[in-house]
Amino acid sequence: MALLEIRNLRVEFDTAAGPFRALDGVDYTVEGGEVLAIVGESGSGKSVAMLAVMGLLPESATVSADLMAFEGIDLRTMPAAERRKVIGKDIAMIFQEPIASLNPCFTIGFQLDEVLKAHTSLSRKARKDRVIELLESVGIPDPLRRVSAFPHQMSGGQCQRVMIAIATACEPKLLIADEPTTALDVTIQKQILDLLTDMQRDTGMGLIMITHDMGVVAETADRVVVQYKGKQMETADVLTLFENPSHPYTKALLSALPENATGDRLPTVADYEAMMQADVREVQP
Amino acid sequence: MFRFLIGRLALLVPTFLGVTIVAFGFIRLLPGDPVLLLAGERGITEERYNQLMEQFGFSRPIWEQYFDYLVGLLQGDLGISIVTKKPVVTEFFTLFPATAELALCAIILAVAIGIPAGILAAVKRGSFFDQTIMGTALIGYSMPIFWWGLLLIILFSGILQWTPVSGRISLMFYFPQPTGFMLIDSLLSGQKGAFTSAVRHLILPAIVLATIPLAVIARQTRSAMLEVLGEDYVRTARAKGLTPFRVVGMHALRNALIPVITTIGLQVGVLLAGAILTETIFSWPGIGKWMVDSIARRDYPVVQGGLLMIAAIVMVVNLTVDLLYGLVNPRIRHN
Repeated sequence: MALLEIRNLRVEFDTAAGPFRALDGVDYTVEGGEVLAIVGESGSGKSVAMLAVMGLLPESATVSADLMAFEGIDLRTMPAAERRKVIGKDIAMIFQEPIASLNPCFTIGFQLDEVLKAHTSLSRKARKDRVIELLESVGIPDPLRRVSAFPHQMSGGQCQRVMIAIATACEPKLLIADEPTTALDVTIQKQILDLLTDMQRDTGMGLIMITHDMGVVAETADRVVVQYKGKQMETADVLTLFENPSHPYTKALLSALPENATGDRLPTVADYEAMMQADVREVQP
Repeated sequence: MFRFLIGRLALLVPTFLGVTIVAFGFIRLLPGDPVLLLAGERGITEERYNQLMEQFGFSRPIWEQYFDYLVGLLQGDLGISIVTKKPVVTEFFTLFPATAELALCAIILAVAIGIPAGILAAVKRGSFFDQTIMGTALIGYSMPIFWWGLLLIILFSGILQWTPVSGRISLMFYFPQPTGFMLIDSLLSGQKGAFTSAVRHLILPAIVLATIPLAVIARQTRSAMLEVLGEDYVRTARAKGLTPFRVVGMHALRNALIPVITTIGLQVGVLLAGAILTETIFSWPGIGKWMVDSIARRDYPVVQGGLLMIAAIVMVVNLTVDLLYGLVNPRIRHN
């Protein structure tokens, strides 16, 4: 049984201009211990899909699917209270803007403790020790002192480490990382990616990495889903994808890597329009 | 923090000086003078008039009068009422508890209803409930206080006969007033029915006085809440699997309260201004009614002194709110 299995996921947003389909019939399967990368440009629906899994989409969104199962139990039919026991505990998520993702009014210790309080039966004392241990495990220096720091007193990289500590506090079976390094400096990006992959390897959790950075994909993923405008273009294991991309859009995406720049201009997917036109045209409404 | 406090305290000095000029000047700009009003319909001989003007010091140049007033202020002397011959300070502190009790009850009412109403309206944005609450708030905000007070009196005191029309407590009761707060003193007196009577007297004026602050607080809470509910950290709180109650009531509210607290602080000025009308309508023996009566009698020292004391209260409350602001908002505390 797959850890997460999603069939034919569709998400529609109610907008002033009528319904907008952000996601149109995509499938995902994640096995325990596997790293799945979802890649695609902005607006390809990669975040929307995972927010749907977490139940974090706004009320204007309508989610439908043939199946949306975590460990064989369909998340859609779960009562809200039951689903909250899974969310944050067995499935956790970290986001793109680490500083904005932490509440500015509470100390990081409080924000970490809170998730332990919600999902475990640990005593106050045990939780306190666990908070320190978690901060240590994500590489926050001097955790005893830092527990009482507020998010605005920390750097973006440190905030993302705290977010990872919060997400992994209850030893989740699946961690979803939504562009976890996009808002960070290049050197910090590498550290955070290493931290995530190390943790994934150590704990054997499933990891879904949402990204538009092919470098991140190559470094971390086992399998890759390529999305474009709410549709799935290609699913392949990472080696196959890079060596032998089958879908024209994937080819265009790979060709558009900064390494392929010629002259003083960076390439874009649009430069390879002709290459992908044949197949992608039918996707566009 | 300490430097911030010193800076704010230093700012109070020019503000206070400005208030003395306004308080001193305003009442003197009104036509009519206190001596003629004291004399009443019988009139007064010119000789006696000049004698009294001399006695009160009104015949001296205006800047000399102002200077004397300032010197008195520095010694804590607000002067003596022309009408009652009692020190203004004594009168103020005798009447102030009545206003404080009314204003305190009103602000508690406004906060206790306004904040939850604003939160619910924001959470159920666009719903029938939201539109009803915001519509009601708009009406409450636009309603002239004296008109609204009279409507309530007609309904509850006139037609339904549930509440008395005026005063703080039924004349049947008499007891010492150690705190000056009728609700507390009536309880302390142990007299049967005294507390109920005090509550029945207080409830209508408190509702009338609370109406505008309530509307403002509800609207401010709603808009602050709407802004905060879209923030990333609220999504994080939901992603933790916390209950909606905790997500909204703790993670969102704590942030939304920051602007709301400023609003509540500003309402204290509105409240004291509103107290003047409310106390007049309900014959509530507080400083509002005292001020109105004194303006009618051109009791210069009382109007000057009363205005100054009210201004001082507003300034102190706003300073307290600014300090509180730092407590609620860690980003300010640390900068």
